[in-house]
Amino acid sequence: MKKTLILTTALCGMAFAAAAEEVNLLSWGGAYGNSHVEAYAKPFTAETGIAVNVADADNPATPIKAMVEAGNVTSDVASVEYADAVRLCDEGLLEDIDASILTATDDGMAATEDFIEGGVTDCFVATDVYSMVEVYDDSKFPDAKPTGPADFFDLEKFPGKRTMRKGAKFNLEFALMADGVPAAEVYDVLATPEGVDRAFAKLDSIKNDVIWWEAGAQPPQLLADGEVTMAYAFNGRIFDAVMKDGKPFKIVWDGQIYEMEGWVIPKGAPNMEEALKFIAFSTAPANQARAAEFISYGPPRKSAAALVGNIEGTEEPMGPHLPTTEANMGNALGSNLDFWVDHDSELNERFNAWLAG
Amino acid sequence: MAVPLDPHAATVTEASGVPLTTADGQPLKKALARASRKARWRAFLLVAPLLAFVVVTFVIPIGQMLHRSAHNDGFSAHMPQISAWFAETGAGTEPDESAFAALAADLQASAEERTIGIVGTRINYELSGTRSLFTSTGRKVRSGIEPPYREALLAINKDWGNPDLWTAMRNASTPYTDSFYLASLDRKRDAAGDIVQVSENRRVYVMLFLRTLWLSALITALTFLLGFPIAHLLAVLPMRKSNLLMILVLLPFWTSLLVRTTSWMVLLQQQGVVNDLLVWMGVIDNAGRLQMIYNRLGTVIAMTHILLPFMILPLYSVMRTINPSYVRAARSLGATSWTAFRRIYFPQTLPGLGAGALLVFILAVGYYITPALVGGSSGQLISNMIAEHMTGTLNWSMAAALAAILLGGVLILYWVYDRLVGIDNLKLG
Repeated sequence: MKKTLILTTALCGMAFAAAAEEVNLLSWGGAYGNSHVEAYAKPFTAETGIAVNVADADNPATPIKAMVEAGNVTSDVASVEYADAVRLCDEGLLEDIDASILTATDDGMAATEDFIEGGVTDCFVATDVYSMVEVYDDSKFPDAKPTGPADFFDLEKFPGKRTMRKGAKFNLEFALMADGVPAAEVYDVLATPEGVDRAFAKLDSIKNDVIWWEAGAQPPQLLADGEVTMAYAFNGRIFDAVMKDGKPFKIVWDGQIYEMEGWVIPKGAPNMEEALKFIAFSTAPANQARAAEFISYGPPRKSAAALVGNIEGTEEPMGPHLPTTEANMGNALGSNLDFWVDHDSELNERFNAWLAG
Repeated sequence: MAVPLDPHAATVTEASGVPLTTADGQPLKKALARASRKARWRAFLLVAPLLAFVVVTFVIPIGQMLHRSAHNDGFSAHMPQISAWFAETGAGTEPDESAFAALAADLQASAEERTIGIVGTRINYELSGTRSLFTSTGRKVRSGIEPPYREALLAINKDWGNPDLWTAMRNASTPYTDSFYLASLDRKRDAAGDIVQVSENRRVYVMLFLRTLWLSALITALTFLLGFPIAHLLAVLPMRKSNLLMILVLLPFWTSLLVRTTSWMVLLQQQGVVNDLLVWMGVIDNAGRLQMIYNRLGTVIAMTHILLPFMILPLYSVMRTINPSYVRAARSLGATSWTAFRRIYFPQTLPGLGAGALLVFILAVGYYITPALVGGSSGQLISNMIAEHMTGTLNWSMAAALAAILLGGVLILYWVYDRLVGIDNLKLG
């Protein structure tokens, strides 16, 4: 009896010791989550021996408030969109991240200068630039091809259903651009009540033919099923479907809306030290370039852009597929952080009412 | 002469008026009361662990959640001085310099403690678009603000003079509020404190409540129409065959709910099995494929399928106990088979029907996974809005208010049902 007791206590002690060396990562799942696993988690574990436990969520920002308020924080590092990170930071739900832990470039330039504007804030470190783009199934349109936002709303010329993300963000700007508003003026128009009405009126024109997606993996699935002929989706997920499954989907870069996403640490995370090590490792230029080879999201560090090589497992360069490449930035719109932090709840409420009505 | 004891009498007294006593001289009434008290106490102790479990895991958490529906101290807890000013002055009072001074002091303190976001979010619930006003002003006053405070704040942002903003802040200055319940019924308080409806394009909750109740009633009726014949068949077949068919009824129960719902997607989608079959048979042409999913029809079909076993099983249990000789007797007395069914068989199944209908209705009213997956936009129910507020907008007070109203509505329906049918007339087997 005494032996069993000592043995079990010793084993428990070992278990505790082992549990200390780990990082709990909360990511998006699907192809994007996979890029985190391949480019960050596995090399990190190989280099430092710290285990990385990856969990998935449709949008990692939503569990963070519940976790912190409940006092039961199970994630150390979470991947969130830029606007969500600022909102959560303002509400005191995130830990501060000291910029000095970030890796400098090979030339010795400090990390804070290497990141693009806004890439490093009090509580946020950017990992990539992603983009919402218009996508169409090439096999469904043999003659004329869609070339811009207006074509998405043209059900006669390009018949078939559409799929869009369930939420006000991205959709309202896209609707305004389709209605003829130039990218530079979109947020000025959207800040007025008439502008919001105009955006909703444009969305109304296709409301009955839209299937609303919530998980990033849904649009390529709906396109593949033939349920929809055009989608408004994350560019990286479409890229993955094209590369891995050989689907005939084409991306229209005109009218893309790009935003940054990156790492945050929820307040009260159990493994702070390991979390900071992970962030420092994953935001090093070489590793960011590596992640870009798995999924077509652009690295937010200028030095990393040059290091991006070929698409993983192929001989084709990844460059042309990134949202940040010169050729794709023609009529691009950067998602306006200040606008969405203010109007997120109001416009989402209006969107939900419009959707259910 | 001794009066014979009537075993059904509540109290027993001698004809002469002297009360009966037990063998050891105690009055019989008291002895009986004491014995039954002991029995009741023992019974209560047996139930006590379960009662404690239910109270701790169910009543207390739900109670806390419902408390949130009326209690939100996001503003009042972090802005004490301006809340005190609101408490001292009546509704509609123009804010003076002391009010602005209190406001400035509170903004500064809140910005220091990083709670300004919570304050702004609370006011944003009342008056949209004001969150940034608080966070940006907080950032500016953090470094310091000089009197006269009114001019200073108005210089930072002229919205600080907006009377609607002061109304919203007054409404939020007490932790206990009815604004979430009002919002759940598409209402709000205007500047004078009267209750008015919100603008046309924001009215959604009352419509959703009605849609939820209507669709749940429809689904209950459909499960009854589909489940009654199946239950009858199971009840009249000999035991072995009946058990075999019962496995077919229970098999969906053992399959994951998500698998069942997504398999409906494969069947009902535009390029799905049912549409392909109809096109192949020539019933519809390729351009006219039926829209059976991502709308109300999809919700009704999938939920009827998922809730069918809950109607079949109580009906089956009750039907098994119905004696077939009653129907035979009715036929022998000249009743047609329809009359025998209507007047003899069906009334005997009512207890099972009541149990099944109650189960299906209450489950349907609260379901949110199936409408979320296959309902599209027109098949959304109130439960989807509750989930949206819990996990999307993170407005837990609103979610709690909606849930409380749903709970209240269901309890009222339950009471009506009890009045009409009687809960004691329920049988689950």
